[in-house]
Amino acid sequence: MDLKFSIKEEEFRAEVRGFLDEKLPERLSEKVRLGQGLTKAEMEEWHAILNHRGWLAGNWPAQYGGAEWNAVQRHIFEEETTSAHAPRIVPFGLAMLGPVLQAFGSDAQKAHYLPRILNGDDWWCQGYSEPGAGSDLASLKTRAVREADHYIVNGQKTWTTLGQYANMIFCLVRTDTECKPQAGISFLLIDMKTPGITVRPIRLLDGSIEVNEVFFDDVKVPVENLVGEENKGWTYAKFLLTHERTNIAGVGFSNAALVALKQVARLQMSGGKPMIENPHFAARIARVEIDLMAMATTNLRVISAAARGQAPGAESSMLKVKGTVIRQEINDLTRRVMGPYAVPFTSEALEEGDNREPVGPQQAATAAPQYFNNRKLSIFGGSNEIQRTIITKAILQL
Amino acid sequence: MDFNLTEERQMLQDSLRRFLGDKYNTENRNGFIASERGFSPDVWHELAELGMIGALFDAADGGFGGAGFDLAVLFEELGRAGAVDPLLETGVLAGGLLAALGNGVQKTLLGEVIAGSVQLALAHGEPAARYDLNFVETSAQESGDGWVLNGHKAVVLNGGAANKLIVSARSSGAVGGDDGISLFLVDAKSAGIERRSYGTLTGGHSADIRFNDCKLPADALLGQAGGALPALETAHARAILAICAEALGAMETAKDLTIEYLKTRQQFGRPIGKFQVLQHRMADVLIEIEQARSAVINAAGHLEDGDRDLHISAAKNLIGRVGRQVAEEAIQLHGGIGMTQEYDLAHFAKRIVLIDHLFGDTDHHLERFIALGAA
Repeated sequence: MDLKFSIKEEEFRAEVRGFLDEKLPERLSEKVRLGQGLTKAEMEEWHAILNHRGWLAGNWPAQYGGAEWNAVQRHIFEEETTSAHAPRIVPFGLAMLGPVLQAFGSDAQKAHYLPRILNGDDWWCQGYSEPGAGSDLASLKTRAVREADHYIVNGQKTWTTLGQYANMIFCLVRTDTECKPQAGISFLLIDMKTPGITVRPIRLLDGSIEVNEVFFDDVKVPVENLVGEENKGWTYAKFLLTHERTNIAGVGFSNAALVALKQVARLQMSGGKPMIENPHFAARIARVEIDLMAMATTNLRVISAAARGQAPGAESSMLKVKGTVIRQEINDLTRRVMGPYAVPFTSEALEEGDNREPVGPQQAATAAPQYFNNRKLSIFGGSNEIQRTIITKAILQL
Repeated sequence: MDFNLTEERQMLQDSLRRFLGDKYNTENRNGFIASERGFSPDVWHELAELGMIGALFDAADGGFGGAGFDLAVLFEELGRAGAVDPLLETGVLAGGLLAALGNGVQKTLLGEVIAGSVQLALAHGEPAARYDLNFVETSAQESGDGWVLNGHKAVVLNGGAANKLIVSARSSGAVGGDDGISLFLVDAKSAGIERRSYGTLTGGHSADIRFNDCKLPADALLGQAGGALPALETAHARAILAICAEALGAMETAKDLTIEYLKTRQQFGRPIGKFQVLQHRMADVLIEIEQARSAVINAAGHLEDGDRDLHISAAKNLIGRVGRQVAEEAIQLHGGIGMTQEYDLAHFAKRIVLIDHLFGDTDHHLERFIALGAA
């Protein structure tokens, strides 16, 4: 047992920290700190800065232009970038599709798409969920019918995150209806500019536009855009989900949010005293901090095992549940600490480039919207209820 | 970073698990609890022969362990087996203070402790002290070339079986002050000591002990007069780590019993573990036990550094919360059988819950965590 990072790992941390000091534009980190939305151009700007350093794809092998970090290095990078309020890396091309193409894509697909992901030539989005296929993803109905050297795709995807910016979408489509649902799914890469695709934004309860509906009406997709084998898409999707679940605990985000919460709680007054001295409120902060301290170590235990080549099993589901519950609790306290100033809704404060004087404390405008927005955490990526079922299935084996 | 046990600790864990697995089942344990001392002297001597008491002490004190992870490994196994042997009381608390403060002559007693031939108890808590370590009303007055003790010590763990007591008393300063607390090494049968011994819900015999003009020689003083609080704090930090690890082990067993029950108990024509409402409650129990494990690791890993108290209070608070959830859910998911004394779960559920009553409960340690964070 040794809770300390190695000297090499600490050197890596210092390197990351030095890089962030020098290269992370304050213009971006300030928006992240205040919980404001970033424009597409700002996200691309940060990707380009990381790519220039060779750090955009920490999880990719070096042969594809990745940094080939192990789980501990990726964790350190995550810790440093979140505490510096760096924008988060948009995961769809880098964390999700990249590893799938590397494992199952053709040589031509790898040669074409991987560099374009790194260079920011393509913005990918994920076409998984459908109106009738959420937790029961395998029941998806979007149909792809082979006609000569094309598939003709018809159907609808939904909850497509940042699909409004994307020029490419990776989709799960049904290519066989005569078998059990999982066995008739294929993994297709589709150009969003193909005729027959319509994107319709969905406004979320916090006022943001983050997710979309994507409609497919006789969309022609060349067969070379099929990844791997026809009807094996479910296997690739499951592989992808394991990648989606790395760093699922969100320790870095929670730590940063907790630091921000305490700062605000020192400034917000109640009965002539800062909220952080209010015994009830201090107790709530302390409880979630204690939970977070323990979960950070649970996370390190899983990461350390992963760095030694052990595959996480039900542990990643445990981290998902606990990690999201903790983050949502911090969001709840951050909303609560604002008192009446959580009520005003100034949508412009959430958008880029708003220089008007805020209503109330600086972070007040984003506190409630962020609380509402992060209710998604326990729903997406396999809802917490699905995770609990996975956890018990693995142990009860009934 | 490495979360694996060293080879030595792995061996310690394996041999202790085997030994306790052999000695303990519900019938045996209930027998030990009902016996004269509330534990088995035979098991105690065998534990000593196996080196388990020595594992609590540093090499300089005649042991071969004593570090945070030694305590964590050992007590997790005690908890897993539902052992009722007083390693905490004789070894960690009183033994730890003897090792920390004793002079050469006093420390000869450590050899007997490690050999298993003596039982100790720390007589510190008082009726009005609750969980505050600096609240000491019992007085120690200098008299000639010795001391006279007067006062009342409450719920002295292992106080029934102890041959020797380490007694805290105020030799100066106001009640509740950090300075002025002294420790004395006292024969439990000394004149002026009135001991009322009783069983507990989870084994061993505790005692309320009254000191009525109890006269002690000068060499009964352990360490410096008036300066015992830091050593008491350290001994309690180690004891808290130990019982947190014990609670973790007990939770593991409660969890295992519950999983087995969910798989075998049939209702409505199927194992009750098929019902999702029970599955999800079990999933939460599993998640929280991993939280508890991490809290114990944090406490053990920081036992010797400046963040000790923060991690100790964090662990004690979390273990208290999680422990209650695990114990209550284990009983609830078992249904009626979980209510019975003769079923295996009973002891574990009680021990997990009552550990919250030792050395500060969830509320006490939450307040302490807040105070430490604000300081």
